[in-house]
Amino acid sequence: MAATVETVERVRALDKYKYGFVTDIESETAPKGLSEDTVRFISAKKGEPEWLLEWRLKAYRHWLKMPEPGWSKVQFPPIDYQDSYYYSAPKSPTDGPKSLDEVDPKLLETYAKLGIPLNEQKLLAGVAVDAVFDSVSVATTFKKNLEEVGVIFCPISEAVKNHPELVRRYLGSVVPYADNKHACLNSAVFTDGSFVYIPKGVRCPMELSTYFRINAQNTGQFERTLIIAEEGSYVSYLEGCTAPQRDENQLHAAVVELVALDDAEIKYSTVQNWYPGDEEGKGGIYNFVTKRGACRGRNSKISWTQVETGSAITWKYPSCILQGDNSVGEFYSIAITNNRQQADTGTKMIHLGKNTRSRIIAKGIAAGRSDSTYRGLVRIGAKAAGARNFTQCDSLLIGDKCGAHTVPYIETKNRRAIVEHEATTSRISEDQLFYCRQRGMSQEDAVALVVNGFCREVMQQLPMEFAVEAQKLVGISLEGSVG
Amino acid sequence: MLEIKNLHATVDGKAILKGIDLTVNAGEIHAIMGPNGSGKSTLSYVLTGREGYTVTEGEVLFKGKNLLDMDPEERAGEGVFLAFQYPVEIPGVPNTTFLKEALNSVRRYRGEGELDAMQFVKLVREKTKMLHMSDDMLKRAVNVGFSGGEKKRNEALQMAVLEPSLAVLDETDSGLDIDALKTVADSVNLLRRPENALVLITHYQRLLDYIVPDHVHVLAGGRIQASGGKELAHELEARGYAEFSAGAAA
Ligand SMILES: Nc1ncnc2c1ncn2[C@@H]1O[C@H](COP(=O)(O)OP(=O)(O)O)[C@@H](O)[C@H]1O
Ligand SMILES: [Mg+2]
Repeated sequence: MAATVETVERVRALDKYKYGFVTDIESETAPKGLSEDTVRFISAKKGEPEWLLEWRLKAYRHWLKMPEPGWSKVQFPPIDYQDSYYYSAPKSPTDGPKSLDEVDPKLLETYAKLGIPLNEQKLLAGVAVDAVFDSVSVATTFKKNLEEVGVIFCPISEAVKNHPELVRRYLGSVVPYADNKHACLNSAVFTDGSFVYIPKGVRCPMELSTYFRINAQNTGQFERTLIIAEEGSYVSYLEGCTAPQRDENQLHAAVVELVALDDAEIKYSTVQNWYPGDEEGKGGIYNFVTKRGACRGRNSKISWTQVETGSAITWKYPSCILQGDNSVGEFYSIAITNNRQQADTGTKMIHLGKNTRSRIIAKGIAAGRSDSTYRGLVRIGAKAAGARNFTQCDSLLIGDKCGAHTVPYIETKNRRAIVEHEATTSRISEDQLFYCRQRGMSQEDAVALVVNGFCREVMQQLPMEFAVEAQKLVGISLEGSVG
Repeated sequence: MLEIKNLHATVDGKAILKGIDLTVNAGEIHAIMGPNGSGKSTLSYVLTGREGYTVTEGEVLFKGKNLLDMDPEERAGEGVFLAFQYPVEIPGVPNTTFLKEALNSVRRYRGEGELDAMQFVKLVREKTKMLHMSDDMLKRAVNVGFSGGEKKRNEALQMAVLEPSLAVLDETDSGLDIDALKTVADSVNLLRRPENALVLITHYQRLLDYIVPDHVHVLAGGRIQASGGKELAHELEARGYAEFSAGAAA
């Protein structure tokens, strides 16, 4: 994920003549496969303190014993963990294409459809650009604005060095290393990710998203993100990218931890568009993500919004632990699957504090031969008097070879709690499509319009500028799904 | 403008249209009347290219082009508009979004260049004002929760925005009380242009008191059984369709 500081660093690194960094950043790759040595190598590369290495090793040893999570509906051949590289230094831009002429025209077509400006297209396609330099000044300005209010926004490896007490206190405090096999692997081998700290009473002056694209090409296989919102603070964080992203690594296992203290609010939005593979699903990314937020403080709030359109397999359940009294958790989700994609996604709302509230709005759209599952847990603890949940799950099917499933789990230990669940499944209506076409829209535009309408409640949660692209993405993801 | 020659069509393998001939010239208003189930809506769907309505014989020319070769959206681009008997609800899609998509699609087809948000808003405002409609209806999701009258007025608004050369109005009067009927009829009259044509599909003649046709046709048993001036509508009102249905059965 983007970090402003990292951006600046990378921008510097790009200018090899000026700084002569190329040989440095073109450094070695960890030996293939996973072992204690791999973990030590990564930790050493990052110049980490002893406690972090120990934590990684504990995670690694535990991982060896852990079974794969068994509850989801997704199916895939066993992963050969020894057939991967777990550390490689950032690639030099000189490896990339020299100009957009060398980039896959299909990819460029998609960028154009998304309305991505030319300079950003170059960045996304990995073209070595001088345009990046325009962004140096912008990035510097952003950094300055953030520093002025005391917001820390940097790569997590940098936070380990500069803010070790914060990292040590919160890392693994929401998602323990032993949480599940994928999170455990991430704990052992994570290479980077973002760190955000919002001090008491500060409203972060900008979406921490503006520069996500710059680094999108190098998000890495095992990202680790940690966001801490102190008392009375607010931050909106956006990760991901509407443009299709490719990666030679098939397995992606990120971990995101959020901590909101008293009266703090974190809004976390994701647009995920990893390569879904070809029409048969070959070569697509496995996106196995663990995202969880802890509403530790009273009146705190964590809101997840996700638009999931990519990956061969999506396995993710952004969750909220509502510890603080009156705290609020929200989950707004759009999951679109086409061709052979599989998605098993949803959320967990764990109500522990009094009068905690949660709201789940999940929209699943399945086309082609894809399969989409909403899996959601609402748990009301014994002490969560007055807790309330509202869940609405809607599935829309396009064609008759896809599947949509809703699997709600509700566990209530407090009788003074109210849990409401509504679910619908419908097929895209021929009447609607014909109506649109009679008014001049193409079949594909009609599908995009109807599906966007179906998703509106969730789209509205996205930051404005991003919502526009996300809406276009819906259409692109469903191309060729009808007729 | 529109020439329908010996048109035969089936739905689900069942012959519904059995040889329709009809010519509509620019500036004319034609009314097609007939009993329920006689194939009036089928004719409108065949003209607009709805899936499942199969033409087995005959041809349809629109401004000299073969309409039957075109996709529904191409026909819309050429200027064929259908005001639906049952306008369709599209949850979550604001009416303005829908209108803008539609207008820009048609403009693209015609090589006219898209309108940007500002230009579009200005245009829609003019149209709602002309039709005495409140802008409130623009923000609501397409037809969702609209009353019968609102739905039909919304069709008129779409027609006003898209400015088709041929508009087919399928039972625009059905389900409306007399005030709503008048309002919709007023809207349609406001949209009349000498270079455009209207086909009114209706079961009752009362709509024709407000939108006065030049020609009236009786459709029964999949064929046009009689054609005449507007007085034919009054005759039908007095005598019913029985004799035509009998003729069709024979
Ligand atoms: N989608 C359909 N599937 C099967 N039969 C249909 C369908 N649409 C129309 N029909 C049949 O075609 C005939 C004509 O219907 P329609 O064109 O709707 O008549 P009208 O509009 O004059 O009342 C009726 O017998 C009706 O049952
Ligand atoms: Mg009808």
